[in-house]
Amino acid sequence: MAPPTGRSDRPSRQPDQPHGVAQARGLFDREILGQAAIAAVVKLDPRVQVRNPVMFVVLVGSVVTLAETIAHPSTFTISITVWLVLTVLFANFAEAVAEGRGKAQADTLRRMRSETEARLVAADGTETRVAASELARGDVVVCEAGDLIPSDGEIIEGIASVDESAITGESAPVIRESGGDRSAVTGGTRVLSDRIVVRITAERGKTFLDRMIGLVEGADRRKTPNEIALTILLAALTLVFLPVVVALEPFGRFSGATVSVVVLVALLVCLIPTTIGALLSAIGIAGMDRLVQRNVLALSGRAVEAAGDVQTLLLDKTGTITLGNRMAATFTPVAGVDERRLAEAAQLASLADETPEGRSIVVLAKERFDVRERDLGADHVFVPFSATTRMSGLDMDGVQVRKGAAEAIRRWVTDQGGTVPDDLDGIVEGYARAGSTPLVVAEGPEVLGTIELKDVVKEGIRERFDQLRAVGIRTVMITGDNPLTAAAIAQEAGVDDFLAEATPEAKMELIKAEQAGGKLVAMTGDGTNDAPALAQADVGVAMNSGTTAAKEAGNMVDLDSNPTKLIDIVEVGKQLLITRGALTTFSIANDVAKYFAIIPALFVSTYPQLHALDIMRLHSAQSAVLSAVIFNALVIVALIPLALRGVRFRPAGASAILRRNVLLYGVGGVIVPFVFIKLIDLFLTATRWY
Amino acid sequence: MGFAWTLVALAVVLALAWRFLGSYLAAVYQGRLTFLGWVERPVYRLLGVEPDAEQSWQRYAGALIVFSGVAVLLTYLLIRVQGSLPLNPQHLGAVPPALSWNTAVSFVTNTNWQNYAGESTMSYLSQMAALTVQQFVSAAVGIAVAVALVRGFARRGSPTIGNFWVDLVRGVLYVLVPIAFLAGIVFVGQGAVQTLAGPAVVHNHLTGFTQTIARGPVGFMEAIKELGTNGGGFFNANGAHPFENPTGVTNLLSVILILCIPVALTYAFGKMVGSVRQGAALLAAMGVIFCAWLAFTTVAESQPNPAVTASHAVAQHHGNMEGKESRFGPQSSSLYNVASTQTSTGSVDASADSFTPMGGFGMLTGMMLGEVSPGGVGSGLYTILLFAIITVFIGGLMIGRTPEYLGKKIQSREVKLAALAVLVMPIVVVAFTAVAVSVHAGRGGPLNSGPHGFTEILYAFTSQANNNGSAFAGLSGNSAFYNVAGGIAMLLGRFAIIVPTLALAGALAAKQVVPAGLGTFRTDKPLFVGLLIGVILIVGGLTFFPAAALGPLVEQFSHGRLF
Repeated sequence: MAPPTGRSDRPSRQPDQPHGVAQARGLFDREILGQAAIAAVVKLDPRVQVRNPVMFVVLVGSVVTLAETIAHPSTFTISITVWLVLTVLFANFAEAVAEGRGKAQADTLRRMRSETEARLVAADGTETRVAASELARGDVVVCEAGDLIPSDGEIIEGIASVDESAITGESAPVIRESGGDRSAVTGGTRVLSDRIVVRITAERGKTFLDRMIGLVEGADRRKTPNEIALTILLAALTLVFLPVVVALEPFGRFSGATVSVVVLVALLVCLIPTTIGALLSAIGIAGMDRLVQRNVLALSGRAVEAAGDVQTLLLDKTGTITLGNRMAATFTPVAGVDERRLAEAAQLASLADETPEGRSIVVLAKERFDVRERDLGADHVFVPFSATTRMSGLDMDGVQVRKGAAEAIRRWVTDQGGTVPDDLDGIVEGYARAGSTPLVVAEGPEVLGTIELKDVVKEGIRERFDQLRAVGIRTVMITGDNPLTAAAIAQEAGVDDFLAEATPEAKMELIKAEQAGGKLVAMTGDGTNDAPALAQADVGVAMNSGTTAAKEAGNMVDLDSNPTKLIDIVEVGKQLLITRGALTTFSIANDVAKYFAIIPALFVSTYPQLHALDIMRLHSAQSAVLSAVIFNALVIVALIPLALRGVRFRPAGASAILRRNVLLYGVGGVIVPFVFIKLIDLFLTATRWY
Repeated sequence: MGFAWTLVALAVVLALAWRFLGSYLAAVYQGRLTFLGWVERPVYRLLGVEPDAEQSWQRYAGALIVFSGVAVLLTYLLIRVQGSLPLNPQHLGAVPPALSWNTAVSFVTNTNWQNYAGESTMSYLSQMAALTVQQFVSAAVGIAVAVALVRGFARRGSPTIGNFWVDLVRGVLYVLVPIAFLAGIVFVGQGAVQTLAGPAVVHNHLTGFTQTIARGPVGFMEAIKELGTNGGGFFNANGAHPFENPTGVTNLLSVILILCIPVALTYAFGKMVGSVRQGAALLAAMGVIFCAWLAFTTVAESQPNPAVTASHAVAQHHGNMEGKESRFGPQSSSLYNVASTQTSTGSVDASADSFTPMGGFGMLTGMMLGEVSPGGVGSGLYTILLFAIITVFIGGLMIGRTPEYLGKKIQSREVKLAALAVLVMPIVVVAFTAVAVSVHAGRGGPLNSGPHGFTEILYAFTSQANNNGSAFAGLSGNSAFYNVAGGIAMLLGRFAIIVPTLALAGALAAKQVVPAGLGTFRTDKPLFVGLLIGVILIVGGLTFFPAAALGPLVEQFSHGRLF
């Protein structure tokens, strides 16, 4: 019999279907939008703005144009000033919307925390009621059916079914018991039955719930390495455009033109990468949020980014690649035995076997030969599986039916004076080679044949591995099986490599070897013995059902405890970088059109010849400048959904992805503003703004 | 020889240079060649250098700065006291301080901007010991920086990037001296002057005039002038002077010498990082830009000059012949001048000031792109590698990976240094031009007013900040303002790029290598080449579009109207 697995076998969800913490909030919830609009104004505080060098320049620019407007008010200067302020507001708004989604989730969680009361057990066994927030590490509390578990801890006594839906969104209760890998409980979850004694393992204010609140709120959001690098590039671009624009004043004077400060500020704002500058932090927050929506808590943004870089995925066989349990696949009788007889005996031997393997034998017998569950006479005894006999079965009407490991049955049959058929060894070996587990069935001293128990590879998993291979990620299956079995399953599932008879040490070594070759490694784990490997891996995803040690060692926690999620995490990581890269490219490509709008406008009164550069044939110099500024502001709003949702990631080779994005955001980024600046100009003209 | 055949010959020779000179360069800088060890070793002893001791980037940069500082000082002193030194048959006096400063910086930075007329300012000793010596060593410094950066990519987890003194000495001994010597023989054989006998005095009995014809040690200086992408000629007329560039053969040879080392360095780069294809990709980007600019300028110069047409003064059957040598004509002149401005050479065989607005635009923008096609000796390679890092960063993000180039992750430190190094030049050009057009001393420089005058100033600072040295002419540069400001622009344009580049080399050398896979952005494919060209054009275009609009573009759209 396969040992019971510690993790649940919930069906994997569609990744885009939000649940759990991220209780289905639409991308643009009305309430969130309203709060974001207010937050956008609050964020005008220069102390907030200075953290974003690009938008800070816009803010300073709008102050300059405001001063100019007060000195020389005109429709033009007023319009420019208004649109520059709007540009900053739109950027703030984008960030606020991204944050707002997290805030709403955090509020729900916070309510859960504040309402909880704990039943503290003193050393002498007396109980006192204290607020959950008072609990310190090492305190012992007791929880009974209906109680909220006050803080994170480990069950030291008892067993209970626990409703973790508050955190995972999953309504089916889970079993938690003292000892072993299922002893961890999380604060904020509810005990449904029985009574447990819990030793608190979390420091005050550092519970899982607290961390979650901080995370979804983005309170301790730090810029990730790639984000920092990009910020530097954007700051450098801003820095270079400053002298370029300022120099236009003396250049103009030398050429006999007077250049208005307002137009220069407008040009500067149009040239510096405001689009990506405005959306950069929203992209980061939204990326984390997308993980939360998939019920994954990333404890650092760095880990999310690293997920995009992962080149090797270590995946546990059971639960990730195969369904949790083996299933009966075929009956192979020995020579001289009818297959139907074997099936009937196998069914009899499994009737009392409530394990998934046992059920699958009954189901297979019914499917193949329509063997139904029969009424057993009163005179029958079930023989349950035991570790010493390694067999199970049924004694009925003087007939003994057994199924079990080949060695066990062999001994049992020989002990009764029976002989083992010659072809049995061949069948058993054949199964092992194919990666299956053979169960031999015997009736009294007669061996009837073998049931093939097969690992069932999850549907669609092969395609996902193919996709991963296309983006250059190597998958390694980790299993405790022997190499023969492992090889067969690896081949069926389509993984690139496997580690058979894996021990925690072997796993650790594999990770270190991959990292020594410069690769980034991701893995999932749940047991305490996984902890070192989880800590060593660049991306370590701990299952929420796992031990506290595992959860502390990893840098992400999957609330659904679904190891297949690792693949989603990689995609979110990639999507995050692609979105940043695409919007940067778009932002810079936009500058071409803005130059063609503003430069002729700037000098056309001095050099009418420069009208030749006005390829958009804009209405007037002022409408040209204003159109460019309006476009520059509106494009931020237009791209907020893209920034929050992320650029669509299609698994493909690097070149294919790049070609597509260069075409879309690079070439598109050159063309789009020409069209829209012209349209805005037409609109301004038609509405007689100019 | 038809122009088409000239191009074919050039392409063939450069292809051979790429393959064989490239592989030779790699061998020299990897220390695999030692046949000149008997010269090298005494030099190291003299310098007190331990040739096997590798340097960190800080020490490498320190050595480079010290060496260049001493070079500026020695050059300055030598031309200041040339009047009291031998080999001065014309008894030329000391070069004035501001001009000496400008000239010393100019030759040490591989710029060779000349605010003087060589034949009437510099003694033979100054030309040889001060200027020609710098033409060798400044070129070797440029190659050394490029090689150090390449080592940064090639090495793994290394705290060092090579030894500056070894790279300098080997560059001069193994590369520059042998090739320049051979090329010098051809120049002299073709009729370039090479003498220490002083000017020739010719008395014309028919007219009764006595003419003094300047001569000097020209031929061999000419070879290193082109080979080291220096550009500083013996005569004021530079490559247009028949004593410097006597024939069509020397004209083509000049172009070959200008381009051969920058082109070959891409092969050496590929060889040193273990993939020649990587070098070929860079060469492809360089080649596309070079060919586009050559075609553009050649076509522009083959048109009649609109200003001349407007005056109805002369017929222009052969394109724009004003300011061109009839030995070369518009096409070969375009080739020479484009080659010179797309590298850091700056020598000319025709007057750039007399080019059509679009022809001048071609030369000006060639420099504005940062001189990467193929760029100066060494500087071309390291500059395009800086652009490659920016390209890989943006491109890498777009495929969803932390960007990497040649297996090295490009993170915030690399982006910071590369962005700094790339943006120094545009900032210097724009800032110095802005100052020059604002102050009285600057506005007094250009001979023309309006957009052409603006172009003259813009061109001067573009040329100096890029260490090109090509002069648009039409600007009286020998003033205190232009000498001092130009000197500063040249220093910034050289060392404010070299120091971050070496820091980058150090940062890269210390990194481990990420193995390439399917998810890696391939930098040896056309897509990368296209993107790299795009980034170079966008950066240059965005920073210089307004300035170019007020200069050559206005002129062009004026259709010959003069200001």
